[in-house]
Amino acid sequence: MSDFLQYLISGLAVGCGFALLGSGLVTIHRVTRVVNFAQGMFAVVAGLTAGSLLSAGLPHGVAEVAAVLVAGATGLLVGIVAIGRRGTGPQSALIVTLGIGFLAYAGEILIWGEDPHSFAGLGGAVEIGGAHLQKQYFLVIGAAALGFTALGLFFTRSYLGKALGACASNPYAARAVGIDVTRMGLVAFTLGGMLGGVAGVLVTPLQSVSYHSDVLLITNGFAAAILGGLVRLGPALVGGLALGVAESMVAGYYEASYQSVVALALMLAVMVWRARRHTALYEEAT
Amino acid sequence: MTAADPLLRIEDVSRAFGGVYAVRDVSLSVAEGETRAVIGPNGAGKSTLFNMISGHLTADHGTVHYTPATDGGVGLPQRIDRFSAHRRARLGIAIVFQGARLFHRMTALENVMVGAHARTRHGFLSAALRLPGHHREEAAITADALAALERVGLKDWAHRSADVLPLGQQRALQVARALCARPRLLLLDEPASGLRAGEREALAQLIESLRQEGLTMMLIEHDVAFVTRLADRITVLDLGREIAEGTPREIRDNEAVLAAYLGQESAA
Repeated sequence: MSDFLQYLISGLAVGCGFALLGSGLVTIHRVTRVVNFAQGMFAVVAGLTAGSLLSAGLPHGVAEVAAVLVAGATGLLVGIVAIGRRGTGPQSALIVTLGIGFLAYAGEILIWGEDPHSFAGLGGAVEIGGAHLQKQYFLVIGAAALGFTALGLFFTRSYLGKALGACASNPYAARAVGIDVTRMGLVAFTLGGMLGGVAGVLVTPLQSVSYHSDVLLITNGFAAAILGGLVRLGPALVGGLALGVAESMVAGYYEASYQSVVALALMLAVMVWRARRHTALYEEAT
Repeated sequence: MTAADPLLRIEDVSRAFGGVYAVRDVSLSVAEGETRAVIGPNGAGKSTLFNMISGHLTADHGTVHYTPATDGGVGLPQRIDRFSAHRRARLGIAIVFQGARLFHRMTALENVMVGAHARTRHGFLSAALRLPGHHREEAAITADALAALERVGLKDWAHRSADVLPLGQQRALQVARALCARPRLLLLDEPASGLRAGEREALAQLIESLRQEGLTMMLIEHDVAFVTRLADRITVLDLGREIAEGTPREIRDNEAVLAAYLGQESAA
């Protein structure tokens, strides 16, 4: 029973990381229709940056916030390259983000080397029902809850959130009402970068991060986001949590190396299921 | 703007698609407060012309001048043919497309509120932080959007999803969205097509009342009776070229128009 609780809470915490990463994908896709394959890179950059800043002597909090801002700036940069030129379609932009993701490996290896890095998060642990639970788990879960609430309110309640959504729904009409679609896209990329960064600084203390951790992160983040068709936040959150818990259970009761299989299997199942409604979805979008 | 400056002045604009001219060397001027109809057979280049005014297409050559309002009144004519569509929208040019180009997964009210983007000032930060200024602006926009919906007869639909509206109402919703931007020049691309008789009459009355308020409008329409009733002047296009311009009475008696447009219509 204590094992189960242990796996459940740690799974939820890791799942929150996936969900946050997925929320960045959703934010960017919702506004630009671009599937951003550099999303995992934002988390890696933020995690590694936070680690470096902390070992340079910056206090907790300051280092993490700075790392999230760096990730936001990285997001903006990726956005400028991917969609800054007028007339770049979402499919071309997808390939560009994939390319940037690989290119970033070089930069990350130059700065941080090839070895995995980590840093201590919120210290201490609590004992509940015989399970030994790190406080960092609860920090991750709380931060994710806060992030999703704020993002959900922003998109559904705020007028600017609506304007951002209008860009993806009908870019042609959005321009006709005075919306600078490219600029809104860059705002979305910046926001997506910051969300990826939040995921990165929260998850790095739980599992160390190296330059190629983005593959695992993007696989899981994408699997979570695809559940909501890359446009809805709620299903992305549910998907992230389900993935985190499932992988934690698989790793705990069976074998750790099977855990990414869970993400891939879920992603495939959802994509096959969605493909049957694909045509309808595309017609709705245009 | 002096009395001599029109609100919109188009000179020798052309646009080709794959070597075929959709619009060729068209010039026209629209005075402030005027309602201008643009008629012509299918493929005459009417929508292409409108898109070059709204900025959704750029002209291959030719110039477009527009006289925007300034804080103190009316400014000087500006050359806008290289401006992006969103920049032109912010100068007060609104367009109602022929197809229903609405924003999905939003209510009718939200669709119209987004229309106000063309004249809003508050940026991303104030929205994210929900500053008081943003709050006030949002409340004002909501009120404006409701008024625009009421004007086009969609008040009862305000809180329903725009995706479920029938075609006629989708068009009306686009008109409300354009009005919420408080435009100085409203482009209507076949607003009456696909509407039932009652809806057409309601639309005609709306255009009439906007005209009496002094709004400058350009209108593409097939129905000659509809146009004759509403327009001050009519421009006739055929195969991308302007073949006539004048008052509805002059156009009705113009032989080139009868040959190119009316003849073809009655033959169809």
